[in-house]
Amino acid sequence: MTTEAQRAPTTAVQAPAKPRKVPKSDRAKAEARLGWYLAGPAFVVMIAVTVYPIIQAFFDSLYRYRLTAPSDKAFVGLHNYQVVLSDSLFWQSLGVTLFITVVTVAVEVVLGFGLALVMHRAVKTLRGLLRTAILVPYGIITVVSAFAWFYMFDITSGFINHWFDWVPGISENLNWFAQQGTSLFVICASEIWKTTPFISLLLLAGLSQVPTELDEAAVVDGATWGQRLRRVTLPNMKAAIMVAVLFRALDAFRIFDNVFIMTNGANKTTVLSLLAYRTSIVRLEIGLGSAISVLLFLCVIGICWLFIKLFNVDLASQRGEG
Amino acid sequence: MVRRRTKLSALLTALVVVAPLGACASGSGSGEPTLMWYTNPDNGGQAEIANRCTQQANGAYRLEVSVLPRDAASQREQLARRLAAKDSSIDLMSLDPPFIPELSEPGFLAPIPADVATKVSQNIVKGALAGATWKGKLVAVPFWANTQLLWYRKSVAQAAGLDPATSPVTWQQLMDAVKKTDKFLAVQGAKAESLTVWINALVESAGGHILENPEAPAEQLKLGLDTPAGRAAANIIGTIGRENLGGPALPTADENASLTIFQGDRGSFMVNWPFVWSAMNASVQAGSLSKSVLDDVGWALYPQVNAGEQTRPPYGGINLGVGAFSHHTDLAFQAAECIVSPANQSYYFETNGNPPANTLAYDDPAVTKAFPMANVIEQSLEQAAPRPQTPYYNEVSSGLQETWHPPSSVNPDTTPQTSTVFITDVLHGNALL
Repeated sequence: MTTEAQRAPTTAVQAPAKPRKVPKSDRAKAEARLGWYLAGPAFVVMIAVTVYPIIQAFFDSLYRYRLTAPSDKAFVGLHNYQVVLSDSLFWQSLGVTLFITVVTVAVEVVLGFGLALVMHRAVKTLRGLLRTAILVPYGIITVVSAFAWFYMFDITSGFINHWFDWVPGISENLNWFAQQGTSLFVICASEIWKTTPFISLLLLAGLSQVPTELDEAAVVDGATWGQRLRRVTLPNMKAAIMVAVLFRALDAFRIFDNVFIMTNGANKTTVLSLLAYRTSIVRLEIGLGSAISVLLFLCVIGICWLFIKLFNVDLASQRGEG
Repeated sequence: MVRRRTKLSALLTALVVVAPLGACASGSGSGEPTLMWYTNPDNGGQAEIANRCTQQANGAYRLEVSVLPRDAASQREQLARRLAAKDSSIDLMSLDPPFIPELSEPGFLAPIPADVATKVSQNIVKGALAGATWKGKLVAVPFWANTQLLWYRKSVAQAAGLDPATSPVTWQQLMDAVKKTDKFLAVQGAKAESLTVWINALVESAGGHILENPEAPAEQLKLGLDTPAGRAAANIIGTIGRENLGGPALPTADENASLTIFQGDRGSFMVNWPFVWSAMNASVQAGSLSKSVLDDVGWALYPQVNAGEQTRPPYGGINLGVGAFSHHTDLAFQAAECIVSPANQSYYFETNGNPPANTLAYDDPAVTKAFPMANVIEQSLEQAAPRPQTPYYNEVSSGLQETWHPPSSVNPDTTPQTSTVFITDVLHGNALL
């Protein structure tokens, strides 16, 4: 463990920058060792709670295994994957999941950036109050907020239809949860309301990292507000924005609570997590459900890879290590 | 200093890890074994019955309740997973009848001793006995039995020229009546178990069965939907959906939403469980419902599909299972016998609105006072048809909900066939659900 531990960070750090090895000083070695002493326990816990279940899920996905028929367990190879990938429900769920991810993240980035600007510029006396107010939705448990939004829009007990019946398309008889479009609208709206504060916090951190001298210099050069935003602020915040988008995209892709509470997948609103839940927990089909979970996991890895490789998100530089 | 802190944190960690384990250990040390009864949420009736039985047991056992999740499907999930892990803390459990075969087949339920079986099946309504039986054997103890009645607003029925209390009505008559009076029919069209309840009652009332051979293994199950009975059921659900007879809330209406519609300005007829009677009385007492609405409510047997053919109303309720991995199965059966005594069943009906499975309990005058429709409920239970009893019930029910929802999409020419193909594919492991 110790030898491995010492080698791992050295290669990881040096590989991309310098191909040739440079002997490390005693101090650097000691620091690396200390780093592993500090991170080691967390590393072991991570392996126990994430790597082990992932391997177990992959193993289970190769079996036909129903929890209430343990004696019928049989090895079926990749058959479960074949069933899942050839089923239109899987692709439809993937489509809905991607739709929710793209829509919510896009809206949240715009809204979150606006809120971050407000928080950044707010007068000192108001700043604390404003930040607290903006953070409230994020502090609410998702299931609770899902129920609140559900009852707000519900046709028998909700008030939205009465308050907004002057809006074209909304009437007393509109059942929001009876069609795909309106159901997804409420699901996305609830998700956006709940997690925009998270993105705005990350963006606020990014905003405060933009050196004020640059902005001041641009002002002296006669740049307008829009120009400063586009040429100075945004380029300097790129890393923060990408990290915020990556975190939220991963989160949004695993959406479960809102859909589970509001429609439970009715009217073609099933998302991948719900499909995995329904297969392994409701139907107790551990094999088939594990296959869906593994595919969901691969999708998440795919999104990470896309961001880190294609958009060059450097997570380390965001933490000030680069 | 550092050393001491490490030790302290190690001690704390050990405490955090070990303390909950200690809490798990059963038995209070006072000598009497504690039996854990996993109950579905109610108005506290099962907890009170548990207290009464503990007192009657005179120290032989102490019965405690632990409440399961709100809906039947989540209750099944939790019990099935715990039993699959051989959880010995489950001594007794309140089971929704459709899920009994699934738990009985892999041996999760302790077999009922012959003498207990004879005792607990005496004077039990037919529907409840059928719901507690799997492969010809009683596998659960019938506790309370539920059934749906037709509830109607007397004023609306009169305006439509119907009198359900004296002569049975058909679904067609109800549909014509709401069209004529411009009211809403309160039925459960939400994509949930209540939809399966409705479909099953319609198919059974039309003389068919959702499953022809419910006891067969998954690959050999044969569906009876693509039949005249299945098409008749699809015709009723589809018409109500397409012609908007259930109102705009139909695709999301569960039992509670149905009650709200029924109590509203456009309420007319409703099929629902007897809890609505206690709920309406409670609303009147709380002042949220006008007494005139309650006085306008009538009740009758579930509507017929074909005029003149006996209706097969839905059957529900709760039966008691004894966990196969319990350390005290003998005591658990003793407790079960105590729980289902006619006196406890009438108490439960009177206070919680859940009808007894034992016919003797209906003789209690307090019952007829609280539920003037008790005799109709008893008759309905004798005619009631259980939902398909198969270990694959969840697949069948979810498959139906997937293909018969929303109600407006149900077409008698295509839906029975597409649902047959879909459910068969799911049962064969070739489709996701």
